[in-house]
Amino acid sequence: MALLEAQDITKRFPGVVALGGASLRVEPGEVHALLGENGAGKSTLLKILSGAQGSDGGHLTFDAKPLRPDDTPSQRQKAGIVTIYQEFNLQPFLSVAENLYLGREPLRFGLIDHRQMRADARRILDDLGLSLDPDLEVSRLNVADQQMVEIARAMTLQAKLIIMDEPTAALSPREVDILHRIVGTLKARGIAVIYVTHRLKEVKAICDAYTVLRDGRFVASGQVSDVSIDDMVRLMIGRDVAFLKRPPRQVAPTPVLRIDGVSRRRGAHEARGTSLDNISFEVHAGEIVGLAGLVGAGRTDLARVLYGADRKDSGRIHLCGRALDIQSPAQALSAGIALVPEDRKQQGCFLDHSIRHNLSLSGLKSLSRPGGFVDEGAERRLVETFRQKLRIRMSSSEAAIGTLSGGNQQKVLLARCMALSPKVLIVDEPTRGIDVGAKADVHQVLFDMASEGMAVIVISSELPEVMAVSDRIIVFREGRITGTLEAADADEETLMALMATGSAPQAPNP
Amino acid sequence: MTATPAPAPDLSAPPAKAPFDTVAFLRTWGTTLFLLLLIIGFAAWNPRFLSLRNALNILTEVSIYGVIAVGMTFVILTAGVDLAVGSLLAFAAIAAAWVVQHMGGDLPQWLVALGVASAIGLAAGYAHGKTITWLKVPAFIVTLGGMTIWRGATLILNDGGPISGFDAGYRWWGTGAVLGVPVPVILFALVALAGHVTLRYTRFGRQVYAVGGNAEAARLAGINVKAILISVYVIVGFLAGLSGFLLSARLGSAEAVAGINYELRVIASVVIGGASLSGGAGNIRGTLIGALLIGVLSNGLVIMHVSSYFQQVVIGLIIVAAVAFDAYAKSHRGKV
Repeated sequence: MALLEAQDITKRFPGVVALGGASLRVEPGEVHALLGENGAGKSTLLKILSGAQGSDGGHLTFDAKPLRPDDTPSQRQKAGIVTIYQEFNLQPFLSVAENLYLGREPLRFGLIDHRQMRADARRILDDLGLSLDPDLEVSRLNVADQQMVEIARAMTLQAKLIIMDEPTAALSPREVDILHRIVGTLKARGIAVIYVTHRLKEVKAICDAYTVLRDGRFVASGQVSDVSIDDMVRLMIGRDVAFLKRPPRQVAPTPVLRIDGVSRRRGAHEARGTSLDNISFEVHAGEIVGLAGLVGAGRTDLARVLYGADRKDSGRIHLCGRALDIQSPAQALSAGIALVPEDRKQQGCFLDHSIRHNLSLSGLKSLSRPGGFVDEGAERRLVETFRQKLRIRMSSSEAAIGTLSGGNQQKVLLARCMALSPKVLIVDEPTRGIDVGAKADVHQVLFDMASEGMAVIVISSELPEVMAVSDRIIVFREGRITGTLEAADADEETLMALMATGSAPQAPNP
Repeated sequence: MTATPAPAPDLSAPPAKAPFDTVAFLRTWGTTLFLLLLIIGFAAWNPRFLSLRNALNILTEVSIYGVIAVGMTFVILTAGVDLAVGSLLAFAAIAAAWVVQHMGGDLPQWLVALGVASAIGLAAGYAHGKTITWLKVPAFIVTLGGMTIWRGATLILNDGGPISGFDAGYRWWGTGAVLGVPVPVILFALVALAGHVTLRYTRFGRQVYAVGGNAEAARLAGINVKAILISVYVIVGFLAGLSGFLLSARLGSAEAVAGINYELRVIASVVIGGASLSGGAGNIRGTLIGALLIGVLSNGLVIMHVSSYFQQVVIGLIIVAAVAFDAYAKSHRGKV
């Protein structure tokens, strides 16, 4: 009798089918890997299981009882399903013990019994083999220990199934070992775990069973012991969306951008970010270099260092042969390096402001008359030029950018950078969350810019995209470069292996 | 096989021709309508309300704090706040008067006073801005401290007593008129116009909106966020100094208790004018209406013989109502 049975789960968002029939079967006390590429529907399925989102169709059974599709997260927790997201759900200024029993504090005469709570917390932590002090404030813990608190909290909730979403994305190798030991402890207590990860070595190391999703649908499941890492990779890839492939062309011999031994250490209390270790490569005029890697591999961190948004600890950056010392995005832009950031809504757009204001913001200097007055005529012509060039679909340039679709927002942000005619353009996840047609438009824009002689760096977690747009692909893993391939020689299996394990598959090339 | 995508339908495009949206209309013009209704109401109650003398009186009152409200609009647009303006006004005024009294050379009194008050306002504003951006102390705390510091400094400077005895040239700035229009009103109009033009038509204005709309995105778009933040506190500080000069010229003395509670009146003007305390939304036109509304209400209630205690209750209710309506209008828009 399965502990969790999800059958043919469907979920639609306006314009997108996120899940078109996802199924998952988890046995009691089993560590179950949920696999799939970015956009395969893993996150949506997790949200449906945890109660954060309702499903449109399908059946959910847990512990021999059907689950209602409109359960709230707290109802699911009561049923025994506890989810640990990448963004932790802890109160930073409360102690470990207070977090463990938040909302369910042991009472004595109607008041919180702190002694009892501390003792209970101690017992749970000991049970997991953790030496954390229950009185410590959570904000003082590092990321790994905060995750342990989340797991301990799941124990206090009497969880029968714990869902972990990319639990090792932010952990050091030693911390990963500790987490794996604890997953073993959970399993020994009869608690099932759904383990979402891109790191297939971990799947081999700690998971019993696996399920693969692709394009929102169930593809395969089975016992991990029956398959190799290469088999899992093969199951995850293979799709029907073909991208426009960039025709091969001549690349200028001298590099525009030369990165030489760039390193950066992540601060002890930064929840996000990856340390960079001795990154070196060159980008030539007219070339598109793709940076491949898993989430948290250090690609975005490198982009932010190049753009002056984060400091580097060591290394040199040369632009057109001149050494640069960039301290801020403003300096990067005036030197000729532009970035379209990863998170369109949080880092790119001013959602309530007009399309015109969003588009022209970085280039206002060249649109200004003496005295700092903006030449609105020139500004409107600029917007109109890019509306036509990038096929931005909008009713009026005065409408708020927040009213546009994601693809059109992205085009406005691209136009903001293009208006500066930079020498180097970095685009981080340029097509995340936008529809196929707009993706092709964005790719065409990148091709055009490279053809005009710009050096382009594309960061994407979608392998088919990286392979389609790049001339050369550089693979990142845990802050290091694990391989550089000419796009013509790259295939998904080699890339996935370099991304996940750091070395190419053993199969010899003819 | 290459993908040749058909243009995808843009689901988020607004409908071609929206019917008249009452809520959106009221959100833009509601305060103005309310102001007109108040004026009509007060005039109907007592025709003396609409007399030229009373109208100019109201405008002069409004001008003194309205000048600061223009600067406060810049600050609130960046999602900041300045609680120190009332105290800074008093300190700038009394320091200017002190210099005039003790060190006045051959220069005209008004010129010395205007120079000193402006310089103090600029310097204090710079100090506030620098503390906020460098030490990363929230604006609320820095200017709350400033509010106490400048008031204390005012009391220290002349042992809590007023300084008076200005010449006619000085008094003209508060009591004089050009073609029948009081000088403070003319200055207020000029300051408001300059503020409007700066926000609406300059690169700096765009950057102020951007910093308040999304500070991280502004930084990544190449804006020097710290410089913008410091600038807006310098602007409001300068205008607080100017306002202190005008008030002392109007009263004929610089008082240690001048400008008490002005920060609240000024912030209320901006907020009633539709600016969002979370930054990025608001304009000078709104602030102007907000400042006038408070001035008309105070004056009108006096004419109706409503006690000044009750006035405070009414103004408070209007602030809350204005912001509540704005929040309602926003969520209403989200539902369309």
